[in-house]
Amino acid sequence: MSERPTAPVLVEAIGLTKFFNIGRNQTVHAVDNVSLQVHEREIVGLVGETGSGKSTLGKALIGLHDKTSGSVRYRGQTLPQKYGPEDFREQAKRAQMIFQDPYSSLNPRMTVGEIIGEGLKLNSALNGEAVREQVAEWLRRVGLEPDHMSRYPHEFSGGQRQRIGIARALIMGPEFVVCDEPISALDVSVQAQVINLLDDLKASMGLTLLFIAHDLSMVRYVSDRMAVMYLGSLVEIGPANKVFFEPKHPYTQLLVGSNPEPDPKTEHRRRSTLIKGEIPSPINVPAGCRFANRCTHVMDVCRQVTPILHVPKDETAGDREVACHLY
Amino acid sequence: MSEREVVLEVADLKVEFDTYGGIVHAVRGVNFQVRQGETLAIVGESGCGKSVTMQSIMGLIPMPPGRITSGSAIYRGQDLIHNKYIDGRDIRGSAIGMVFQDPMTSLNPTMTIGDQIAETLQVHRGFSKSQALARAVELIAMVRIPDAAKRASQYPFEFSGGMLQRSMIAMSLACEPSILIADEPTTALDVTIQAQILDLLMDLQKEKGMAIVLITHDLGVVARMADDVMVMYAGEIVESGSIDDVFYRGAHPYTMGLRAAMPSRELGARQRLTPIDGSPPDLFSPPSGCGYFARCPQAMRMCQAQHPYLMSVGKAHHSRCWLQHPDSARQVPGLSIPHLAAPAVQS
Repeated sequence: MSERPTAPVLVEAIGLTKFFNIGRNQTVHAVDNVSLQVHEREIVGLVGETGSGKSTLGKALIGLHDKTSGSVRYRGQTLPQKYGPEDFREQAKRAQMIFQDPYSSLNPRMTVGEIIGEGLKLNSALNGEAVREQVAEWLRRVGLEPDHMSRYPHEFSGGQRQRIGIARALIMGPEFVVCDEPISALDVSVQAQVINLLDDLKASMGLTLLFIAHDLSMVRYVSDRMAVMYLGSLVEIGPANKVFFEPKHPYTQLLVGSNPEPDPKTEHRRRSTLIKGEIPSPINVPAGCRFANRCTHVMDVCRQVTPILHVPKDETAGDREVACHLY
Repeated sequence: MSEREVVLEVADLKVEFDTYGGIVHAVRGVNFQVRQGETLAIVGESGCGKSVTMQSIMGLIPMPPGRITSGSAIYRGQDLIHNKYIDGRDIRGSAIGMVFQDPMTSLNPTMTIGDQIAETLQVHRGFSKSQALARAVELIAMVRIPDAAKRASQYPFEFSGGMLQRSMIAMSLACEPSILIADEPTTALDVTIQAQILDLLMDLQKEKGMAIVLITHDLGVVARMADDVMVMYAGEIVESGSIDDVFYRGAHPYTMGLRAAMPSRELGARQRLTPIDGSPPDLFSPPSGCGYFARCPQAMRMCQAQHPYLMSVGKAHHSRCWLQHPDSARQVPGLSIPHLAAPAVQS
């Protein structure tokens, strides 16, 4: 694993913001001023609790959400604020998404062949026969059988459906794939199958991945770099092992400290959770650090000044950034 | 440690379901004991029968299509499979409490949290409405929900997921049960909230001395909570023992496989996970031999033909695997998985 990404930047978010208007003058600050670079052939893991905005960020990056402000650049080229039909067509060929729930993300009325082939049919000049050939090829690549093409999603198990979802996304030959909790609906033994499949496909296709998940151990294992989100903003980003084993931001420390390890000796040594409370509502968030009301190290400055991502003063390497006034 | 009083003894429990496709043999002969003040974790993947086992003991499976074809569950000298009443009182919700996986859908959205907790006390303990409500507020405070009096008069939609799960724990503990069954209590919650709920359960167990049966698929949660572990696969117990036995001296290829499929702290980024290939057997017609045969990397010819029984591999440590048979020529090589090398056994 390269500790410091040197490859060129593939996807870049600059001050990306996505607010949802929910009426009565209330706004959900789902993603607030997030800047993030994803380098070519890199896997960036994105972790955070429910409602922290990780899925919204992933969708905004590939254009499934309009942006409230800020921009997304792809190979240096700024993508439109709001996609038109042509933009979607263009984007479908280079950026794709693998969804969390293999039960609700596949149309139950379409055959597996239609689901996987639909993108190709719409976005390429291939005829029906050629599309079918490609679909058969992809079914094989994800570990299914070509004659599964005529079956419907309900005939498959969760792990097999996720393979169908992977084939559907990758048949377009994308460079950048957002994996939104691709394994959290699956059993442990099947999770490893899907992770290894993604790993193989990443290597053979030279993919760049944004891997969104809440399973910290898995994200640490899968990713080159790890980004931690809290209430719509990035609080820490850096090499996955560094963020996981030596977390700096108090929220990252809380998150890692809460992550149960499958090892009784480690668990019996673990102290009980120090930090109380839950993630506050992302509606009309207060000024200052968003973690201030749960933070055990809170200072006066935290309630007034919003911390920005910066390299901690005690670190020279400069490959980790933290948004916290402590550092 | 394991000399404590047995509060629930389950023997030879078998459960079937009639479906359009035929009969599903969901639980195929399960035996275990629950001891006072201890936590028994039942671990396994979706469809292994871990929830059905406890639900059938609690009488929560719909019959038909479900059917308990054999077995007993002895609580205080009485078989719960046939009679759920002790001294004219339903043990469900009083002597045995239950916490369900999804707090958002398990609570009644049209009743206040206080009323829902109070209802348990009115039904089981014959409390008056005002007595029950006063006790409900105490219970809400006990599960560390701030502002208990105000919270008692709120509805479930006004609570967060973590708060709802705390309320459910308060409800299940209202009648001071001697056994608490927690079916995936933290699966729907974020890790930080999960840690708080697990802490709460452990503290309450210390305080009240109740037994906990924890149903989960998360080995991390098991490592944190359990005294004893029971691993289920295809409707059967494949390994059971103390937490250290199962985690550090695992004696069934399925248990080893589960551990190897998870990223551990030591696993470097370039090492691959070892998945368990294939999927669990079809329980419409369970295999006549070992249920894990088709996926087992150590399978032998006899595993397909002969159904293994639970073999003793140590003090109170059992494995349903022919490799553990005294006449077996091979040793379980599971512990040779490099990143899972067993730590030295501590005395």
